[in-house]
Amino acid sequence: MSHKSMISIGPFHPLQEEAEFFQLYLDGEKVVDVDVRISYTHRGIEKLNESKTFDQVAFVVERVCGICSASHPLAYIQAVEDIAHVKVPERALYLRTIVNEMERIHSHLLWVGLAGHFLGYNTVFMWAWKYREPTMEALEIATGSRVNYANCKIGGVRRDITDEHLKMIDRLVTGTRGDIEMLTAAVVDDPVLHARLKGVGVLSKADAYAYGACGPTGRGSGMPIDVRRDDPYAAYDRIDWNIFVEETGDVFAKAKIRLLEALESIKIIHQAIRDIPGGEIDAKVENIPAGEAIGHVEAPRGETFHYVRSDGSNYPVRHKIRAPSYNNVPTFKASCIGADISDVAITLASVDPCYSCTERMCTAVDAESGKEMFDFAQLVKLSQEKTERIRKQV
Amino acid sequence: MNAFGIIGTYIAASVGTLAIGLFFRWFDRKATAMVQWRKGPPWYQPIADVLKLFSKETLVPSTARRTGFLIAPAIGLAASALVAAILWSAVLMPGTGFVGDLIVVVYLLLIPPVMTIFGGLASGSPQAVVGASREMKLILSYELPFFLALLVGVIHSDWSLQLGQVGAVPLYSISGAIAMVLAIIAMQAKLGQVPFDIAEAECEIMSGVYAEYSGPPLAIIYLGRAMMLAVMPLLLITVFWGGLTATPWGIAAFIGKYVLLVVLVTLIRNTNPRLRIDQIMKFFWLGLAPLGIAAVVIAVIGRAWAIKWL
Repeated sequence: MSHKSMISIGPFHPLQEEAEFFQLYLDGEKVVDVDVRISYTHRGIEKLNESKTFDQVAFVVERVCGICSASHPLAYIQAVEDIAHVKVPERALYLRTIVNEMERIHSHLLWVGLAGHFLGYNTVFMWAWKYREPTMEALEIATGSRVNYANCKIGGVRRDITDEHLKMIDRLVTGTRGDIEMLTAAVVDDPVLHARLKGVGVLSKADAYAYGACGPTGRGSGMPIDVRRDDPYAAYDRIDWNIFVEETGDVFAKAKIRLLEALESIKIIHQAIRDIPGGEIDAKVENIPAGEAIGHVEAPRGETFHYVRSDGSNYPVRHKIRAPSYNNVPTFKASCIGADISDVAITLASVDPCYSCTERMCTAVDAESGKEMFDFAQLVKLSQEKTERIRKQV
Repeated sequence: MNAFGIIGTYIAASVGTLAIGLFFRWFDRKATAMVQWRKGPPWYQPIADVLKLFSKETLVPSTARRTGFLIAPAIGLAASALVAAILWSAVLMPGTGFVGDLIVVVYLLLIPPVMTIFGGLASGSPQAVVGASREMKLILSYELPFFLALLVGVIHSDWSLQLGQVGAVPLYSISGAIAMVLAIIAMQAKLGQVPFDIAEAECEIMSGVYAEYSGPPLAIIYLGRAMMLAVMPLLLITVFWGGLTATPWGIAAFIGKYVLLVVLVTLIRNTNPRLRIDQIMKFFWLGLAPLGIAAVVIAVIGRAWAIKWL
């Protein structure tokens, strides 16, 4: 006997802090289909940027994501620097690396904590967030802020970090190594966690390629991609570090990769602080010529991609953002179907989704007449018709 | 005992157990906070929570069956209060029990979870329906091992089904130790604590069976759960761990055992993630139930040949 029912996760649900909506179609407790509906927090950042000067846009794009607030400006700035053919001073590149890696540590630990919470394992939640705290403090020392760093600028960075502060940052970040290693061991060796995470929400390698997964989601499914290695920016090509790839594609692999990457980030920061050269931190860019370019950065969640076009004026003519969740969220279609409802919660969380970064607005245009369809009045009319129809059925 | 005596015992036991239960709720939260490097609430927090909930409006969803929805938590609370009365009279006044009160307790202990299912189904919310079906599977999982564990206690006390006379299980015996472990795990499931909190599972089905409750009914659920937190360790102490002897040392040992069991519940819930329902069923049926049967067999053999350590 088949009993079909629907369970909604969202639009507001304790599972995730943002507004999102997953309609799960269930057969008993088994998910037979999932409908991903996002776009509850569209903010129009791309359009907004067209009315900001090149310098101001860096501050706006920080707000694309509360956690990747070092990666988005860096990707944008790299695009603009490409247009203006700027040679960024060495010291600035190292400073960028340090802040971006600290962002990765705090983002990955935040995810581990949340994943624990989703599994009802609140002790892991609290412990991971405690171990994240020294990194947040180091970020505050480095940039003056825990969340939006306002660190990068076109041609360099805005604030230098003194040697004394660099030492403090190294001490704080390296000091958490032991704790994160302990947490990694606790997660990797816990038999009950194995039962909940291994073989759960498997995204096969073929599916990962088909959906274009990126970041830890892709690396957990055997895609050896990392922008930091494949197209080095900042100081990543001057530092010795590894990427981690797991073949299994389950949630366990993604969790393991994130923890190992956090440890690797500590290694990167330590080397960057050791090797950082002296000198200027700003190339003092005067104007941005006409042209177009792309910039991409390996954010904690995957590749964030920015396209900028300039017509020689003070403002970007077009600025296009593609956050990593845009690639990763559709993989739910492959990883959630056939799973148990209690596994779906952790599978949805496993890509570390960031919905407001991903929101798009789309318009439907009639191919023949070229006229825009479904404007506001039409949508209201459709909604009213649907209400009428449901009322009749009831 | 006359009717007044019975009613008096019932009320005194309910209020007393409730007070102990609320204290243990606070204890549980404080211990959890300490494990998680937090500060934790002040001692009166559970009472404040209940008072606040009682002052709130009762919302009944339009899809709900009103009477069943509202009455279910009250029946659950009443049943656990009755268990508390029977247990406390067996503990404090040995000899007042009746033949077969252990069976009555086992039945009454089933009522709170059944009422949870009842209330969840009556609320008509899809989350609650999923939660209720999970609770049902949970009951099916843990009842058999729980019953087998109690049976070991019954065998050791010469097949007595009276609470005052059960309680002679030597914990150092093989069957006694196995039964105790089974009972502790079943207690965790009966209390709906992690790793067996699948019926509420906040992050999956938004508190599941309790999703639609608010105000006073939610307060009653809260009280019922506090009551169970006091009742279940008491049952375990009575059946497996010698109950209460009326000496200063005996009272201190009794309190120590009581607190120790609650600490165990707290520790288990803080060091495990939530299991999946199929994993729970496998764990109880294929893991613990055979173990329980083995314990019963060992106890019977030990009894027949008078071997103490079996």
